[in-house]
Amino acid sequence: MKLFLKIWRQKDAGSKGAMVDYTLDGVESDMSFLEMLDILNEELISKGEEPVEFDHDCREGICGTCSLMINGRPHGPDSRITVCQLHMRSFNDGDEIVIEPWSATAFPVIKDLIVDRSAFDRIQQAGGYISVNTSGRPVDANAIPIEKEMADKSFNAATCIGCGACVAACKNASAMLFTSAKVSQFALLPQGQVEAAERVENMVRQMDLEGFGNCTNTGACEVECPKGISLENIARMNREYLTASVKG
Amino acid sequence: MSGLAKSSIARKVVMALSGLFLVVFLTQHFTINITSVLDPETFNTWSHFMGYNPLVQYVLQPILIGGVIIHFIMGFILEIQNKKARSVRYAKFNGGANAPWVSRNMIYTGLVVLAFLGLHFYDFWVHEMAYKYVEFLPENPTRYHAETVEKFAPFWRTIIYIISFGLLSLHLWHGFSSSFQSMGVNNKYSSSIKAFTKIFSVAIPLGFAFIAIYHHLNPIAH
Repeated sequence: MKLFLKIWRQKDAGSKGAMVDYTLDGVESDMSFLEMLDILNEELISKGEEPVEFDHDCREGICGTCSLMINGRPHGPDSRITVCQLHMRSFNDGDEIVIEPWSATAFPVIKDLIVDRSAFDRIQQAGGYISVNTSGRPVDANAIPIEKEMADKSFNAATCIGCGACVAACKNASAMLFTSAKVSQFALLPQGQVEAAERVENMVRQMDLEGFGNCTNTGACEVECPKGISLENIARMNREYLTASVKG
Repeated sequence: MSGLAKSSIARKVVMALSGLFLVVFLTQHFTINITSVLDPETFNTWSHFMGYNPLVQYVLQPILIGGVIIHFIMGFILEIQNKKARSVRYAKFNGGANAPWVSRNMIYTGLVVLAFLGLHFYDFWVHEMAYKYVEFLPENPTRYHAETVEKFAPFWRTIIYIISFGLLSLHLWHGFSSSFQSMGVNNKYSSSIKAFTKIFSVAIPLGFAFIAIYHHLNPIAH
């Protein structure tokens, strides 16, 4: 198939970016979206032009590295997948495809389609962990009884791969879904109770400091999340935060 | 507690609580207003009570005005922060694919309701203040029904009111149930809250529109 691509090109963080048009022929429907970009880059390199920089790693939907806004939607038109799981059979011959990086003040563009998502790392570092004794005689985690429903909800929250699609999809560039998933995965387990109040306060404070927008409960993040992280987590984080703040 | 005041979650809770307070007020306002159609005498009695009761005038009225001001100022603050959070706009953004129009345009439906409140305050509150504190006219417990019906005589005012009620409906459609989510309520009752939100956000504005149309079509003969 023949495609008409509009791709965001930006030399570096300090430069101003712009959309650039490319025409790509010979794309097969069983190619992945990232393979299509690989072919484009091979063409660009053979012509002596700068290839389009984009993030990718595992290419099997686990790492959360690939991050593209495709035709106005994070990870493209299909649901519950990352860009690396998107295939060209989702497009038609002659389609125009607009490819952009995540847009958020807290995710500055490094180059072309690559953004700096270290804001997520700093939120995680602010409290997204539990302190456990790793030396001597640690208690076997399996020895602590946990309600099945709680364990499942915690696991579901923990499936967040931190790709940033929630921020990209949100009209306010809010990071509430990511932060709430990271809060929830511990808040639902007995091991997470000890530092629960401190954790949610520190992680929300860091999230606000990074310059993400406010959650207006549109639900766009939940729809676009490749792992289906639920809005329930945001409500849980709000409860946890308000309880922690009032208790002091 | 110091961090709470500055947090994005606290700002959303303020938005939610002030919004829910205004929903309660809206219900009370509608309950009184519908009597202007059903029983003008009751409407006069309640309106006079609301206009001259010291608790309503000097305690509840300032709280109400405060609630409105807090709600729209916080709305503007949140909107400014949200705009700053995305300094470079997407060339193509398909917001309709993942979120309903009403949830993405609360600021615009809210602005229309705010503009309407300006007209509504001018029509009724300013008139009332002038009656009592500028012209120092004597108490008249029977004047309210006739004054209200007269307000809806002009076609343009009735139309503006109806359009505003439509936008109010859209604002409530997302805002009412969303306020529970902001306060951390997302459980087995959430589907019932959403269902009630839909009924409320259609029924109340529709009822207000009915009152406006009824009075426009049934003027008092002089």
